Amino acid sequence: MPLDPPDLVKLTRKDFQTPNDVRWCPGCGDYAILANIQKFLPSLGVPKENIVFISGIGCAARFPYYMETYGMHSIHGRAPAVATGLKLANPDLHVFIVTGDGDALSIGGNHMLHLLRRNLDVTVLLFNNRIYGLTKGQYSPASEQGKITKSTPLGSLDYPVNPAAFALGAGASFYARTIDRDAKHMLDVLEKAHAHKGTSFIEIYQNCVVFNDNAFEYVTDKKQKVEHALYLEHGKPWLFADGKKGIALDKTTMSPVIVDLEKEPARAEDIMVHDENDASGVLGHLLAHMDHPQFPVPIGLFRQSERPAYDAQVIEQGKVALEKRGAPDLKKLLFSGDVWEVN
Amino acid sequence: MAGAEAPQIREKVVIRLAGDSGDGMQLTGTEFTRSAALAGNDVATFPDFPAEIRAPAGTLAGVSGFQLHFASSAIYTPGDAPDVLVAMNPAAFKKNIGDLKPGGIVLANEDAFTSANLKKVDYAESPLDDDALNERHRVFKVAMEKQVALALDGMGLSTKEIARSKNFWALGVLYWLYNRDTERQVEWIQQKFAKKPQFAEANIKAFKAGYHYGDTTEMFGETYKVEKAKMEPGVYRNIMGNVALVTGLVTASQKAGVPLVLGSYPITPASDILHNLAKYRNYGVVTFQAEDEIAAIAASIGASYGGAIGVCSTSGPGLALKGEALGLAHILEIPMVVVNVQRGGPSTGLPTKTEQSDLLQCMYGRNGDAPVPVIAAKSPADCFYAAIEAVKVAVKYMTPVVLMSDGYIANGAEPWKIPEPDTIPDIPVSFRTEKEGYQVYARDEATLARAWVKPGTPGLEHRVGGLEKDFLTGEVSYDPINHQKMCDIRAEKVARVQQDIPPTYVEGDEDGDILVVGWGGTYGSIHVGVEKARAGGHKVGQVHLRWLNPFPKDLGDVLGRYKKVLVCELNKGQLWRLLRAEYLVDAQSFTKVQGQPFLVQEVQDAIEAALKA
Repeated sequence: MPLDPPDLVKLTRKDFQTPNDVRWCPGCGDYAILANIQKFLPSLGVPKENIVFISGIGCAARFPYYMETYGMHSIHGRAPAVATGLKLANPDLHVFIVTGDGDALSIGGNHMLHLLRRNLDVTVLLFNNRIYGLTKGQYSPASEQGKITKSTPLGSLDYPVNPAAFALGAGASFYARTIDRDAKHMLDVLEKAHAHKGTSFIEIYQNCVVFNDNAFEYVTDKKQKVEHALYLEHGKPWLFADGKKGIALDKTTMSPVIVDLEKEPARAEDIMVHDENDASGVLGHLLAHMDHPQFPVPIGLFRQSERPAYDAQVIEQGKVALEKRGAPDLKKLLFSGDVWEVN
Repeated sequence: MAGAEAPQIREKVVIRLAGDSGDGMQLTGTEFTRSAALAGNDVATFPDFPAEIRAPAGTLAGVSGFQLHFASSAIYTPGDAPDVLVAMNPAAFKKNIGDLKPGGIVLANEDAFTSANLKKVDYAESPLDDDALNERHRVFKVAMEKQVALALDGMGLSTKEIARSKNFWALGVLYWLYNRDTERQVEWIQQKFAKKPQFAEANIKAFKAGYHYGDTTEMFGETYKVEKAKMEPGVYRNIMGNVALVTGLVTASQKAGVPLVLGSYPITPASDILHNLAKYRNYGVVTFQAEDEIAAIAASIGASYGGAIGVCSTSGPGLALKGEALGLAHILEIPMVVVNVQRGGPSTGLPTKTEQSDLLQCMYGRNGDAPVPVIAAKSPADCFYAAIEAVKVAVKYMTPVVLMSDGYIANGAEPWKIPEPDTIPDIPVSFRTEKEGYQVYARDEATLARAWVKPGTPGLEHRVGGLEKDFLTGEVSYDPINHQKMCDIRAEKVARVQQDIPPTYVEGDEDGDILVVGWGGTYGSIHVGVEKARAGGHKVGQVHLRWLNPFPKDLGDVLGRYKKVLVCELNKGQLWRLLRAEYLVDAQSFTKVQGQPFLVQEVQDAIEAALKA
């Protein structure tokens, strides 16, 4: 029996708001994401009792407190593991994991890796602001090299993790990137993620107004984003700068190159065409490594692929086990092995 | 023929099998145990093996041992000193000969006493020929490998393959020596090696050859028989602690009508809990081999939040990693069971050896004041009942419970009188679905438990988390008085588990000279030690604590009824500290941390010493 009879559910954005005061800093990108999610959920036709938000620790992790659904604010980095147990107990739930760049990629990097390779049917919302907010401004694993913060007064030394490359490398079956300020785009990505069976990993560029303001200005500022953002659409060429530039593949180095179509209009047909379902996964990896400022930053669904979700397989194994081994029988359980009788 | 003579009757026999890690001593021991149990003996076993899967052959480090105690009377321990030592090589001989009883039998695989093997353990010449040894013990040298090779001649097996059957040859000798029925053993070998009929045939041949060797040679002058033990009527099986624990968990899940989800990361000596639970998918059990110890407990927490009985199984180092998450389970107030099969510590310590040094970690190893109920099983079969009790308390009080076992009872085995399923009470669980008046942290008056609500329940949507929460609504609260109230009430709730703990059970004298207190897997040794001290004329009582947190209500009174109190445990005095702190009792401490269980003699000596102190 389907758990979610859509025709019975008519919810509005307000149904997902809690009476709690939202305590993020004024101007924080999290507000926009929260508003978007609350706007998005009614469109699913899923009763709100079947939706659960699980988070770890950090600014983003306060998210479940503001959602009138089930939710758990767990411990640092472990939300993927908590969500896994939850889905094993009840695979019918719609589970969202809300995490930040520190939570997901530093302390919880291991869990994220394994969540992605298992392909648990959940949606990951990675709020990436490239800084530690809640602990007041240390650099994060996503911070650019040389970042000057309280903990790195001489500049950070470590090379940043690339969330897209990490996720796709770990076997993510769905990876998309969107931006806190781009409500329409985020809604589109959320819909696609919801339709995907398996782990949907969404990286959201999120502005930390206090500790890392305008970190993503190049894709949020109206003027700059024309040159620096590449919006992906399935079946459409990788074009940016109002269609004046595009990305082609240098076949000798197997690496992306920018083609200025105003200067070389004949190369229009060399421009890569986006295929969200690219079976090889090569396109996704090319996109993952296109980074600012050398390249325009790809925004949108990089790749989705189909493979059975972990929880679906667990259910399947359960059915097979029941068929093969029969219904639970305590007598059989207790009296198994070599038994003998004493009179 | 020696075998034709009537066997001599023995009440109790202790056999120790020792060989290289690859010699199959654990299998041989397990099989001989099975035969003893099926023959109606009481049995107790102690497998003792190295952490390395295959340590260098012939070295002391690679010696794997299995001790079996079987008897026609009730026994409680695998025995202090063996009557029979089977030594498959010089290293096994060297490591174990010192424990053999005077007059005990040594059955040595002479083929392995080569100059190279002797040299590995610093023997200039074979110790088997030593006069003093032969005066002290009855030494039988047998060229086992040659005997096996003869038996398997013509089967087309390689020398290596032939050598692999020598443990079954030794098992055959033991079957003959103790007049065991060979038929079921042959059947077992056939089943075990059903997919490799050639090995089945080889092992059966070797087994029978060993048996006939005993029968036809003049080497052994006599055979022995251990009669059936007088046991309560009923149906029995021989059960290891980890298997009993799993059986208990599955039973509890069935009796509660709530599915069980195990999150676990492989760790010695707890891995068998994961292996065995994984067999019960058709009982609604889901096992999840997590990426690490933290993920394992986090998944259990998620499962419990989702309305399943979340369980995780680990050992000391794993529990250390789970500390923060266990604190989360505590503050969330969700029911789950954390199984800690203790091993030698600190750090990686002695992975395959037993110890009880995690008690304080289980009690206190978390940030903040985060008490949880702690229960410890006292024997392999008791793991079954302790597991059921842990689940019962977890769901009744909405709290994580730590269930303690140890390597000794986890791998040890004993006969278990199987209870009829109907005699095991149901575990009542109710999930709240009523919307009216729901407050997330409103509590039951008697247990102080909050309601268990499954996500998916309409109208009860709520948030929980690791931040301090309002005592009623569960919303985040930084209010100072509220925090005090919540810490108090969480502690009080765990203390109220006392309501479910029966009065302290005293064995031996109800009052008198000395009370010996223990907990966990040391029950058997302490029990026999106490009995011997009583036989020596002292008034001695024994209390073996099942619940370490909270303690039974009357424990303070019981402690006060004796002139002295002695706490025996395999650590540096952890329960001793707790008892002194809780009851201001001037208890004495007897401890041992050698990765080995107490010998009865050690306990007995400790009681004597404590009485004189």
